[in-house]
Amino acid sequence: MKLILERQFLSNLKKNKLKFSVTVTLKKDVLDPQGKVVQNTLVNMGMNNLRNIRQGKHFEIEIDENDTEVAQKKIDEMCKKLLVNLIIEDYKINKI
Amino acid sequence: MKSSVIVFPGSNCDRDIAVALEKMQFENKMVWHKDTSLPKSDLIVIPGGFSYGDYLRSGAIAGKSLIINEVIKAANSGCLILGICNGFQILTETGLLKGTLLRNKNLKFINKDVNIKVINNSTKFSNKYKKDEILKINIAHNEGNFFTDSNHLEELKKENLIAFQYCDEKGNINEEVNPNGSLENIAGIYNQKKNILGMMPHPERMVDEIISNKDGINLFSSLLN
Repeated sequence: MKLILERQFLSNLKKNKLKFSVTVTLKKDVLDPQGKVVQNTLVNMGMNNLRNIRQGKHFEIEIDENDTEVAQKKIDEMCKKLLVNLIIEDYKINKI
Repeated sequence: MKSSVIVFPGSNCDRDIAVALEKMQFENKMVWHKDTSLPKSDLIVIPGGFSYGDYLRSGAIAGKSLIINEVIKAANSGCLILGICNGFQILTETGLLKGTLLRNKNLKFINKDVNIKVINNSTKFSNKYKKDEILKINIAHNEGNFFTDSNHLEELKKENLIAFQYCDEKGNINEEVNPNGSLENIAGIYNQKKNILGMMPHPERMVDEIISNKDGINLFSSLLN
């Protein structure tokens, strides 16, 4: 029993899972018509002190990796290669 | 002339373009996106539709599919590539064409016949049209709002890479006749070598008087010229 538990512990260590969030938003200069409509609706609902809304996308990514730095690099690669259109979007990676 | 039409899950103009190509006497083959080789082709068409349900961004997933590597190789060796509607979006996602297509400014899916002006009539795709000829062509899209950085826009203008611009019946280009908010009313662009054309309007829908008009025919006869 002890041996099994030890093995499980070791294999869990090997497969340490890290979790990140990625937030993608349109760049400042790119018109965000959806955000504008949401903003106008909230203002119409009486939220008068509302200044600005930008709508974006949120990803939660789990990765089998022990090293936070390595994992973060991998997530950055995912963003650049697929998740983000760098012409019009900015992104932020956060560990969660 | 040999053509290939790439088919993705969610493509829905693939049959229309095949019918148009065959009507114009192209020897056409359909190519599934999971294929890893292309039949010998003088023209590759990436058709309209909603590849992968427009997940993530229009054309983003299709832009990473297996066959696209072959399309990129063919494009780099000078093969003619035509991307219509979703095909244009896919071409920008692969990087074969610069810029991107944002959500329509009015947030609505627009399906209507619009006027476009032929800006450059000296390419493989447009030599049968007259310069500044006005065509009535159908558009049907939700993300057709062309956007790019100022350097690329400058390059498009300087090197005559703008293919079509939205205009009124008389050919005036202004914001009132811009259906989707595109920069400078741009409806279609070429790459620098002018062997790749991406356009939002659907020329394949305009090849028969019975269902529409014949304004799209000269695009195909230009290719055959």
